[in-house]
Amino acid sequence: MHVEVDQPKCVASGQCVLMAPDVFDQDDDGIVELLTDRPGPGHRDGVREAAAVCPAAAIRLEEE
Amino acid sequence: MTTAAPVRRVVIVGASAAGLTAAEALRREGFEGAVTLVGEEHHLPYDRPPLSKQILTGAWPVERAALRRPSDLDALGLDLRLGSRAVRLSPASRTVTLADGAELGYDALIVATGVRPRRLAGHTAPGVHVLRTLEDARRMRERLGAGRRLVVIGAGFLGSEVAAAARSLGASVTVVETAPLPLARVVGDRVGAHLAQLHRDHGVDLRTGVRVGEIVAHGGQVGGVTLTDGTVLPADDVLVAIGSEPNTDWLGGSGLDLADGVVCDQHLTAGPGVYAAGDVARWHHPLFGATLRVEHRTNAAEQGIAAARALLAPERARPFAPVPYFWSDQHGVRIQAFGHLRDHDEAQVVEGAPAEGRFLVAYRTGRRLTGALAVAMPPKALHPWRAAIAAETDWRTLPTAPLPA
Repeated sequence: MHVEVDQPKCVASGQCVLMAPDVFDQDDDGIVELLTDRPGPGHRDGVREAAAVCPAAAIRLEEE
Repeated sequence: MTTAAPVRRVVIVGASAAGLTAAEALRREGFEGAVTLVGEEHHLPYDRPPLSKQILTGAWPVERAALRRPSDLDALGLDLRLGSRAVRLSPASRTVTLADGAELGYDALIVATGVRPRRLAGHTAPGVHVLRTLEDARRMRERLGAGRRLVVIGAGFLGSEVAAAARSLGASVTVVETAPLPLARVVGDRVGAHLAQLHRDHGVDLRTGVRVGEIVAHGGQVGGVTLTDGTVLPADDVLVAIGSEPNTDWLGGSGLDLADGVVCDQHLTAGPGVYAAGDVARWHHPLFGATLRVEHRTNAAEQGIAAARALLAPERARPFAPVPYFWSDQHGVRIQAFGHLRDHDEAQVVEGAPAEGRFLVAYRTGRRLTGALAVAMPPKALHPWRAAIAAETDWRTLPTAPLPA
């Protein structure tokens, strides 16, 4: 799985951090930061959930 | 519940955030049957929060509001019926009828038809706007700019965001609101007063505690707004932002309970094989002990997913009990909140200070912490409060100092 984030779209809701804290973080303004763009198998369900609920549609996944 | 027949055909009515997210969730959970996604608008699914922000200011091209890339939509293998309006639900035959007469049979149905803006009766002159669709936003954007005069009726989130966007474009903006403070019933007097001052600091002429008489048109073009005290506010454009109504007309006669939305149980079930999600859904929220209908973007996605899961595995469904979240951008200031704030009993500033422009407010309803709102605070400051709301924390046990992160 490959993860991309669109930082200018991010609205800083932090939903992704709540769902996959090992993959997503937020800077001081709340903007998403990727901790890894290739999450391990144990984190992938959380990443899929995060991409689905992101209120800015700012997370995109490529399943490999 | 009796043993249900396997679900082979799912129809989702509504192709915005809730409907699309539900369709994606069905596929993610491994559902390989037919999924028909019906949308009244002609556009591929797009996002609405940017309409009153980046789309209205022109900071983004409209394509940037797309919820998914066309290739991602293709990969879902949907029967996508855009520009199609559902006009009838026949639960006995499990059929949805579209405006063109097509009949869609379903084993399970998700109603995600959202809301429409409330209007002022009889006002259709050019220059009188509502803002819900991409077309609405485009129409406004073409007309707003320096030297133009906009009157916004209603100082809710939408009206306030449009006022801020219009000011950033150089328009003169007047906002009229019947309540003494903007948004006070939701966010409380302290935050409402702060938002009022924010408008005034940015040159918005905010008139609170006033009632609109009528919208005046001259020669088929809007000319202004009169207030019941006799005041005349000249305008080139008027935005009517006085709330929304759930799109449930098409469900009349279906037997579903339609009391301000589609009434569902805790698992989002509205009837046999019928589920609801998004702005249109009203359900009993176990965390707040209240029946809620939530018109926020995050809820649409969370509820779409929950409805899809409940549909595929009713026996494993858990009550839908999220901590609601919303945000609003006004004059470059971000407001974020978790929980159920409306009709709270008490609001306390618990971090920062309104005078400094950065603060966090906690809300009590009954004996419990039920909400938290941050103005211009680092968003992570809200996370411990979200957790405390989810944990049904007693108000008296809250520390007066910030909660540990």
